Amino acid sequence: MYSYEKEIVERDENTVHMNVGPSHPAMHGTLRVKMEVKGERIMNTEQEIGFLHTGFEKLGEHRSYNQFITLTDRLNYFSPLSNNIGFALASEELLGITVPRRCQVIRTILAEMSRLADHSLCVGAMTMDLGAFTSILWTFVEREKLYDVFEAVTGTRLTSSYTRVGGLAFDLPADFEKRVTAILDSMEKTLDNLRGSFYKNRIFLDRTEGIGVITKEDAMSYGITGPMARASGVPYDIRTFRPYMIYNELKFEVPLYKEGDTLARYKIRIDEMAESISLVRQAMKLLEPGPINFEDQKRTLPDKTSTYGDMESLIHHFKLVMPGNDHGIHPPVSDIYSATEAPNGELGWHLVSDGTSNPYRVRIRPPSFINYPVLKQLLKGSMLADLVAILGSFNIIAGELDR
Amino acid sequence: MITYKPENHLSLLAKVEAFAGDRLLGREEKSHYHQFKVRGQDAKSLIQFLRDEPGLGFEMFIDLTAVDYLRYPIAQPERFAVITTLLSPTLGIRVQVKAFVAEGDPRLPSLSDLYLGANWTEREVWDLYGIEFMGHPDLKRILMPDDYEGHPLRKDYPLRGRGERGNFPVYHATTQKPQGGV
Repeated sequence: MYSYEKEIVERDENTVHMNVGPSHPAMHGTLRVKMEVKGERIMNTEQEIGFLHTGFEKLGEHRSYNQFITLTDRLNYFSPLSNNIGFALASEELLGITVPRRCQVIRTILAEMSRLADHSLCVGAMTMDLGAFTSILWTFVEREKLYDVFEAVTGTRLTSSYTRVGGLAFDLPADFEKRVTAILDSMEKTLDNLRGSFYKNRIFLDRTEGIGVITKEDAMSYGITGPMARASGVPYDIRTFRPYMIYNELKFEVPLYKEGDTLARYKIRIDEMAESISLVRQAMKLLEPGPINFEDQKRTLPDKTSTYGDMESLIHHFKLVMPGNDHGIHPPVSDIYSATEAPNGELGWHLVSDGTSNPYRVRIRPPSFINYPVLKQLLKGSMLADLVAILGSFNIIAGELDR
Repeated sequence: MITYKPENHLSLLAKVEAFAGDRLLGREEKSHYHQFKVRGQDAKSLIQFLRDEPGLGFEMFIDLTAVDYLRYPIAQPERFAVITTLLSPTLGIRVQVKAFVAEGDPRLPSLSDLYLGANWTEREVWDLYGIEFMGHPDLKRILMPDDYEGHPLRKDYPLRGRGERGNFPVYHATTQKPQGGV
């Protein structure tokens, strides 16, 4: 195991202090890495975070469960729907609600589509950092098409806030399936292009193969999850560990690599995108008409049209959204840990309820925060240019890193 | 792939109860994991047992966080609880260890020599709750600025007030003199 106490830096007159970030195009958000370099060799680093600290966990104690969903959009802002779904599932587990079948199918489709959007940006931006600009244009086009569908479904491109505790804000638009099928076909072509451009590209392989190797033991000790862990051979995916929504009805392989280097982390995202395309196609076949919200209107917000249309729904709406302890949803006094597989790894929610309408404590276990510290160990002794390649393969999102 | 095996909970319970004995303040069965409650000073030995005991193998670190029970409706042994979540790849189950820490002396042994992931999460708990981890190699603030006062996630820390953005000194480009301030 790596030991922080045994860090000895041999400094001499050639050691130079260098500072990358917090505002730097290759740092993917507000990350800062302080380095001591000798020539082009990195001797020691220190990561500084917290530039985007927003206090979500403190704010969560002063918001109701449905209000907190808007804050989850701002965590990983490349896949906000995954965060919405994760929080909705956690608070439903706290309340003991099971949402209707159609809602589960829609959530599964959207979770996989946001995985596609997140991974496509990561693989594009990583190769752009290494000098290949074309690929980010390819993936950006695909991501933009996905965002058009998200806009049609949720009303916004980025801050979706689509889920509610016990259901969804509204149903899918009429032409949803047709639009998504078209995107999946063009996405497959883009994946083929990416494989063809980079898997045998000498420049790309020289920059990534054997660079930034995370061993399986270190990955488990750090608690690294998601594509980064599976690139190091940790066979852990919450979709198969404890299937939620409708994942136990779908057939999919979880890609696994043993190398643990930057190339493996790149390849695994491409493989996961191919699996996600197949998952969306399978889930789309299970899409049947039906209700999307939990039937008990004492705990689930009523449909907007009926809120404006009939008296009973208006009263239920009023009782749920008004501030104060006589209103809102009241979960039992307990605490739970619930986790979903977000694009970057395990997105965990530790919710503590004191029986009032606001959570007593909202702990977000963000994958980026747990995945990021390993960078210090990887950079020690490596070349300065490797920083960009390694960091690009991590896909660290400052929004969920700093919360 | 690691899959969830609920039948392994029984052997975990037997082993932990035999090891901890009276030091176990209680345990709770949750949706898919067990939560063991201990005092702060006993947490590290229990977690080391969970990691190193043959047949348990909780080698994967998942999360470390804290809860401030100052205004909780149900009485708790102490004000603070540090909650560690672990996963066993061999048994296929998660486990939680809840370590209670006293308000007057919020300290407990650090896990940073057992799990690499504990380094940053313990710094975060120190930053936001002011709970000190003894033996941590580099215990300093991580999310808040280094010169920040107070621990904002404590329940007696107001949502607005102390240390708010308006209280930070403001530098004006024309005069270059700090104005405002605490």
